[in-house]
Amino acid sequence: MLKNLEVELKQKCQNGQKLLVPFITGGIQGWEETLQAFEDVGADAVEVGIPFSDAVMDGPIICEANDIALSAGTTPDNIFKKVAELKLKVPVIAMTYYNIAYRRGLANFSADLKTYSFSGGILADMPFEASSNWLEAGRQAEIATILLAAPTASDDRLERIATSSTGFVYAVGLLGVTGEQETLATSATEIAKRLKQVTDTPVLVGVGISTPEQAAKAVEVADGVIVGSVLVKKLLANKSPKKTAKLLAEFKKALN
Amino acid sequence: MSEIKNAPTIDGFFDEFGGRFIPETLVPACEELEEAFKESWADVEFRATLDNLLANFAGRPTPITQAKTLSTELGCELILKREDLNHTGSHKINNVLGQALLAVKMGKNRIIAETGAGQHGVATATAAAVFGLECVVYMGEVDMMRQELNVFRMELLGAEVIPVKTGSKTLKDAINEALRDWVTNVKNTHYCLGSVMGPHPYPMMVRELQSIIGKESKIQCQEQFGRLPDIVVACVGGGSNAIGIFSEFLDIPDVELVGVEPAGGASLTKGDPGVLHGSMTQLLQDEWGQVLEAKSISAGLDYPGVGPEHAALAASKRARYVNVTDEEVISAFQLMTQKEGIIPALEPAHGLAYIVKDLEAKNSAFKNKMVLLNLSGRGDKDVDQMMEHLKCLKI
Ligand SMILES: Cc1ncc(COP(=O)(O)O)c(C=O)c1O
Repeated sequence: MLKNLEVELKQKCQNGQKLLVPFITGGIQGWEETLQAFEDVGADAVEVGIPFSDAVMDGPIICEANDIALSAGTTPDNIFKKVAELKLKVPVIAMTYYNIAYRRGLANFSADLKTYSFSGGILADMPFEASSNWLEAGRQAEIATILLAAPTASDDRLERIATSSTGFVYAVGLLGVTGEQETLATSATEIAKRLKQVTDTPVLVGVGISTPEQAAKAVEVADGVIVGSVLVKKLLANKSPKKTAKLLAEFKKALN
Repeated sequence: MSEIKNAPTIDGFFDEFGGRFIPETLVPACEELEEAFKESWADVEFRATLDNLLANFAGRPTPITQAKTLSTELGCELILKREDLNHTGSHKINNVLGQALLAVKMGKNRIIAETGAGQHGVATATAAAVFGLECVVYMGEVDMMRQELNVFRMELLGAEVIPVKTGSKTLKDAINEALRDWVTNVKNTHYCLGSVMGPHPYPMMVRELQSIIGKESKIQCQEQFGRLPDIVVACVGGGSNAIGIFSEFLDIPDVELVGVEPAGGASLTKGDPGVLHGSMTQLLQDEWGQVLEAKSISAGLDYPGVGPEHAALAASKRARYVNVTDEEVISAFQLMTQKEGIIPALEPAHGLAYIVKDLEAKNSAFKNKMVLLNLSGRGDKDVDQMMEHLKCLKI
C-alpha cells in the first residue's frame, strides 16, 4: 500500500530533514528515466506535469515543454501508464490544470491517479473557492489534494487554504509564473513564514526557486522546496536524465 | 442605486457557466475589481463621468440606420446599430472607457490587454493615452500580420505591443500571456479584458458596460419605428457586442436573439463544457481537455471559447446560436459595402452573412421580419486583408 503523502512528509520533517520535490513535464524526451534518477539522488517526492494547452501559471520553459510533449501526442493516459510502470518508491504527484481533470470528471481523475499509483494532485488554475468538488474527489480516492497559497492572500485566506490542503501546502514563492529567477524573492520566505504560523501541514515553496543557494535560503523558513523550470530546461537542453538528476543532487546537498 | 439585472450568482455563475477559475494569486485582484465595479456602477458621479466620456469622447449615442436596399432585396426590414461610428471604430471603446476609469479609481497606473483584431487593443491604447496610463497589449503573431494597421495605431497611441508566439499565436494565446503578465504585475496593473469572458466579475462587468448598445437601440427602434425588432442579430467572438445588444431584450420573450459564430470557432454549437481563461463555458477541445485552435478569417472571432452567459443562454434556449463560413462572410462583406455604402468589419459581416443565408433558405425565420443587426465595427482594419483575398480570387 502507498503511504499517505502527508504522513510520510511530516515524518521526514520531524526528523529535521528539509524536503526536496523536483518537477518534470511528462512527455518530453527522457522524462521517465529522469523521475527514476531523481529518486536515486534523494528526492522526497516527484511532481509530474500533465501538459495543458493553456498553462497560464507557467513561464516560457515549462510552456515550451508542454508544447513539445503535446505535439509528440502525449495524453494523460500515456503519463498515467508510464508512471505506474516505473514503480517509484517516492510519492508521485500530478500537476496540471483544471480542465484536464474536469474533462475526465473530477472523481474519475482522482480515482485514476490513485489507480496509477499517484499520491496526490495539484490544479494550478483552481483558486480556493472553486476547490470543494476537487477536495471531495481527492478524499474519496484517497489522494492528497495540494492547494496553492499565494503572496497576495490575506492571513485569513492563507489559513483557510492551509487547513484544506492535504499532503502539503504549495506556497507560491513570488508574484509571477514558473521560470528562472536570479534571486530569491523576499515574498518566498515571507509566505512560508505566514503559512508556518497557521498550519502543521508541511509548507513547500515553489515557483522561483532556481539555484541550490535560493533553495537553502527558502528552507530557513519553509519545510522544503519544489524545483521545476531549471530541471526542465536542463532536460530539454541535453536530453540527459543523468545530468538533470546531477543538478538536483546539488540542491539536495544545499538543503541538508 | 441601480440594481444589476440578470446578475450572476455571488460566485459569478450564470446557471452552470462562469465562476472564477484562475491562479490563487489573482483572486484578491478579482475581488477588488468586483467591489470597485459594483460600487462605481451604483455611484451617480461615476456614471455621469462615464456617460460624459461616451457622449463627448466616443461619440455616443450611435445611430440606427435602415438598410433600405438590402431590406428590399433580401425581403426583411433590416436595421443596423451603428457601433462602427464609435471613436476607434468599434463597440470595444464602451467597455474600455469604463474599465480605464475603474483602473484609475483602484490606483493602478498600468493597464494591459489582449487583442485579436486589434480593435480592443486600439481602444485600450486610446483610453490609456487619455488617462495617462502605461499600456501593454498582447497580440498573437498571426494576428499582428493580418492586422498590421492596428498594430501601428496602437504604437502611435503610445502602447507597447508584445507579439505572442505560443500555441496558435492568436487571441487565445494573447489572453494566456496577458494573464501571465497580470499574475506577475498584479499590484500596479489592471487587466482590461476585452469581452464578456474571463473570471468573475468580467463577464458581468463587461456586459453592463456594453449594455448601452441595447439600451439605445431599444429606445431608437421605439422612437423611429414605433416598435421593437422581431429579431436581434450579433456576431459572437467572446460575445461582448452580442450580450451588449441582447441584454436589454432578454426579458422580452417576443424578441428573438440570434448569435452568429464563425464555422471554425463555433464553440456554442460544436463545443463541450470546460474551463478556459477563468470561466466554465462551452469550449472547443479534444477528448483529453486540450483546447483546440479556432480558425476564422476574422481575427476578432478566432476564439475557441465564449463568454459564459452565452453558454447559459444557449442552454436555456433564450438565444439561438448559429454559424457561417468564411466564404459566406466575404460575400456579406461585399454586399453591405456595395448596397449600403458601409464597409463593415469582418466580425459583424458574420451577422449579415447569416441573415442572407436564412432568407435564401426555404423555411426562412427572417422573412418580412424587422431585424436589428449589431454592426459592431467598421472595416477599415480589414481592407488590406480583403484586398489580398479578392486579388487572389481574380488571378
Ligand atoms: C468589430 C468587432 N466585432 C466583434 C468582435 C468580437 O468580440 P465580441 O464577441 O466580444 O463582441 C470584435 C473583436 O475584436 C470586433 O473588433
